[in-house]
Amino acid sequence: MPIRKVRIFDGFERFWHWTQMLLIFTLLFTGLRIHGVHDWLNFDQAVNIHTLAALGLMLLWVFAIFWHLTTGAWRHYLPTLNGLWPVARYYAWDIFKGKPHPYRKHFWRKHNPLQALTYAALKLFLFPAIWVSGLTYLFYNYWQQGVSSPWLYWVANIHVFSAYAILSFVIIHVYMLTTGGSFSHHLMPMISGYDEVELTEAEEAYLEQDEPGRIKPS
Amino acid sequence: MISGKTLPLFVLSVFLGSFLPIAPLFAVSVAADIPSGGEKVELGISEYTDIGNRGKVDDPVTELDKDKQRKFTTDHTRLKELQGPFNSGPEVTRACLGCHNTAGHQFIKNKHWTWKYTHPVTGQKLGKSVLINNFCTNARGNEGMCAQCHAGYNMKDSNFDFSNEENIDCLVCHESTGTYYKTPPTRGNKACSVMFEGKQPIDWVNVAQHVRLPARSNCGTCHFFGGGGDNVKHGDLSSVLFHPPRDVDVHMSEDGENFACIICHVGEGHEWSGSRYNMIAKDEKEHARPRPGMERETATCESCHGDKPHPLSVKGLKLNDHVDRVACESCHIPSFARGGVATKIDWDWTTAGRLRNGEGYREEGYQQGNGEWRHTYKSIKGSFKYAENVVPEYRWFNGVMRYTTIDTRFDPDKPVNINYFSGDPQDKNSRIWPFKRMHTRQPYDKGNNTLVYMHLWGDDDAAFWGNYDFAKAIKVGMEKNGIPYSGEYGFIDSYSWWPINHMVAPKEQALACDECHSREGRLKEVRGFYMPGRDAPRWLDLLGLLMVAGSLGGVAGHGLLRMLLAGRRKN
Repeated sequence: MPIRKVRIFDGFERFWHWTQMLLIFTLLFTGLRIHGVHDWLNFDQAVNIHTLAALGLMLLWVFAIFWHLTTGAWRHYLPTLNGLWPVARYYAWDIFKGKPHPYRKHFWRKHNPLQALTYAALKLFLFPAIWVSGLTYLFYNYWQQGVSSPWLYWVANIHVFSAYAILSFVIIHVYMLTTGGSFSHHLMPMISGYDEVELTEAEEAYLEQDEPGRIKPS
Repeated sequence: MISGKTLPLFVLSVFLGSFLPIAPLFAVSVAADIPSGGEKVELGISEYTDIGNRGKVDDPVTELDKDKQRKFTTDHTRLKELQGPFNSGPEVTRACLGCHNTAGHQFIKNKHWTWKYTHPVTGQKLGKSVLINNFCTNARGNEGMCAQCHAGYNMKDSNFDFSNEENIDCLVCHESTGTYYKTPPTRGNKACSVMFEGKQPIDWVNVAQHVRLPARSNCGTCHFFGGGGDNVKHGDLSSVLFHPPRDVDVHMSEDGENFACIICHVGEGHEWSGSRYNMIAKDEKEHARPRPGMERETATCESCHGDKPHPLSVKGLKLNDHVDRVACESCHIPSFARGGVATKIDWDWTTAGRLRNGEGYREEGYQQGNGEWRHTYKSIKGSFKYAENVVPEYRWFNGVMRYTTIDTRFDPDKPVNINYFSGDPQDKNSRIWPFKRMHTRQPYDKGNNTLVYMHLWGDDDAAFWGNYDFAKAIKVGMEKNGIPYSGEYGFIDSYSWWPINHMVAPKEQALACDECHSREGRLKEVRGFYMPGRDAPRWLDLLGLLMVAGSLGGVAGHGLLRMLLAGRRKN
C-alpha cells in the first residue's frame, strides 16, 4: 500500500488544538493560583482570567464538537481492540529494544488504538468532569439558595482533581511525542497539517482526483 | 505660648493655686517629673472637656443638593419668637416647641430621650438607662455625669421626668454655630471641678437663631466620644469624621459626598433608622433600592446601593455573588480607627484607684497617628490599651443583639460576653460581619455572679471618682438602684462586640480577594462553609501531587531507560 503525505489535520483542527493548549495552560496556571499553590497573580486577576479562559474554552469545544460531528472526524476516536495489544506492548517493552512502532497511520484512522482510547476517555470523562464541576462551581449562587451548601466542597474537589488529571495527561502527551520517531516528526503534522499516511489504492485515487489539495504529489 | 499639650496642666496649676498656697511648688515638682510628652502625669479629673468638634463646623450639603445649596423656607434669625432674651436651654426649647408643636411629642418617644429600648425579637429591656458595658460600665445612677450626652436638660439622677418636653435639648442636635456645648448636669466630686472651668457662656439667642438639620458636628459631639473619649467605644466613630479625608470615609468626606449622618440614618418624626440593638444583617428586596413613594427607613448600604451593587463585568458578577453571604462592611471597611485617632481595645479596672500625693492622676502613654497623646492610665478608670487601623474580627451575624444585663447570672470562670449574637452559614438571614472586640477586666458581684452598677459620680464619700474605693462605690451603686448585692466583688474578663459600619473606604481600597481567600486570611477562624483558596483538603493536593509526580517520574524513567538501552545497543 502506498505511503503518501496527506493533510490529516485541517486548519480548524490545528487552530482548535493550539488554542486549547494555550487555554488549558492558562487555566492550569490561574487555577493553581486560586487553589493557593502559587501567588504570582492576585486572586481576583486569577479568577477573572480563569473564568474568561474557561468560557472561551467551552465556546471552542462547542465549535469542535460541531466540527467533529459534521465532518465525521469523531470516528477517529472510536475505541478498538484491533491492534491495541501490539501498541501497548510496544510502549511497555519493544520500545526499549529499539523496535519500530507497530502502528501505521491510516487516512480514516490517524490515531493508534491506545491514543484513540486515551483521547476518547479524555473527551468523554475528564473534560466533561472539569467543565460540569467548573460551571457548577462558577454558578454556585444559583443553586446554593442563600445558604452555604456543603456540596460546594465536593464540587471544588472534583474540579481540582480533574485539573491534576489533565496536567498528568499533558505531561504524558508531550513525552509521547518523543516515542516512535523524533519529537519534531510528531509535532510537525499539528503545525503543517501533513503527515505520512498509509493509503489504500482507492483512497489514493480518491484524494488525487477529488481532493488534490489534501495530498502532496509523490 | 502655652501649647495644647501643656494647657490642661497650666489650667490645673492655676486652679489648684487659687486655693492651695503650696500649689505652685507642687505644680513645679510635678513638672519636674515629666521626662517627655509620652509619660506626662496630670492630676485631677477632667473627662469630656475636650469633646465636640474643635474645627470648622461642617456644612453637609451633598451632590444630592444639585447646586450645593440647601433651600430652606424659614430664616430662623428673623423669627420674633427667637429674639430672646433666653437664659437657659429650656427657655429656648419652649420657643422651639411654640412653632414646632408636635416635635416634643415625637421626641419624648425617642431613645435619645428615653434611654430605653425593648428589643422586638428578644424582649430584652435595653438602653442606656439599664445597660452595663465594659467601658465606664453604667450610666444608671451616674446620670449626673453621663447625662452630659442625654438629649435633654437636667437629668441629674434616675428620677428624671420623661414627660416634661421643655427639658428636651433641641440645640445639641440642631444648632449650627459650633459654640453650643453641654456639661455634666451635676458637679460631682471637687476633684472634677476642672471639668467646668474656662467655658465661654452660651449666647442662647445666637444658637437658637442658627438651627438646621443635624450635621456631623451635632451627632458627633456625643457619638464620636462614646465610652469616655474620642473613638474610645466604637472604633469606627471618631472625631476624624467631622472632616474625614476621602480615604477614611468616602461618604462623609467633604472631598467625597459630604454626607451628614442622617443621609444614611434616615428618619421621620424624630425617629432614626440604624440601631445596633436590632440590625438588618441582610437587606433584601423590601428595602434594597426603594422606588419613589416606598418606605425608606433603613440605614443599610443596600437601601441606596441595592443588593447587586457591583458593575456588570466578570469581576462584578462574581463580587455580587458575595452579597448574600458577606456584609458590605466586611470588604469595604478594611480596618477601623483609621485617620489618626485610636480606639480603646483593652481596659483593666483592677488598677484603678492608685493615687499620687493623695490625688488621682492620669498618665499619657500612647501617641496616636495624629500626634496626640492618649491616656493609658487614669486613677478613675484603670489602665487602657489602644489600637489604630485595626483589622476587625469577623463573625456570622443575623442582626439580633443580646445583652448580659444586671440580672443575668453567669459563670465567672469564663469571660462574660457583655453582648452576644448568633449567626450561621446555614441561616439565610446571616452574613459575615466585621466587629470590634473590646476586652475589659471589670468588677462583678462575686456572690451572685452578676455584673454590678458602680456609683462613679457624686459629691458624696462613696463616688469612685474622687474616693477611689471599689467596695463603697459598688455597694452604693447597687443599693441606690435596688439591686441585690452579696457585698463581695471581684473582677472578671468581659468582651463586648461592636458591629463596624462606618469609615467606608473608597472602592479602590476595598479588601483584595486574597485577604480572605487564603489559608491564613482574615476569615481563617470563620468556619462552617467552603471557601476557595482556604478550604481545599490536604488529601486532594497529596493525590494531585502523586498523580503529577507519578506522571513526571514515569516518563522520566521510561525515557531514561530508553536512552540507556539504546546506548547499550549501539555498543
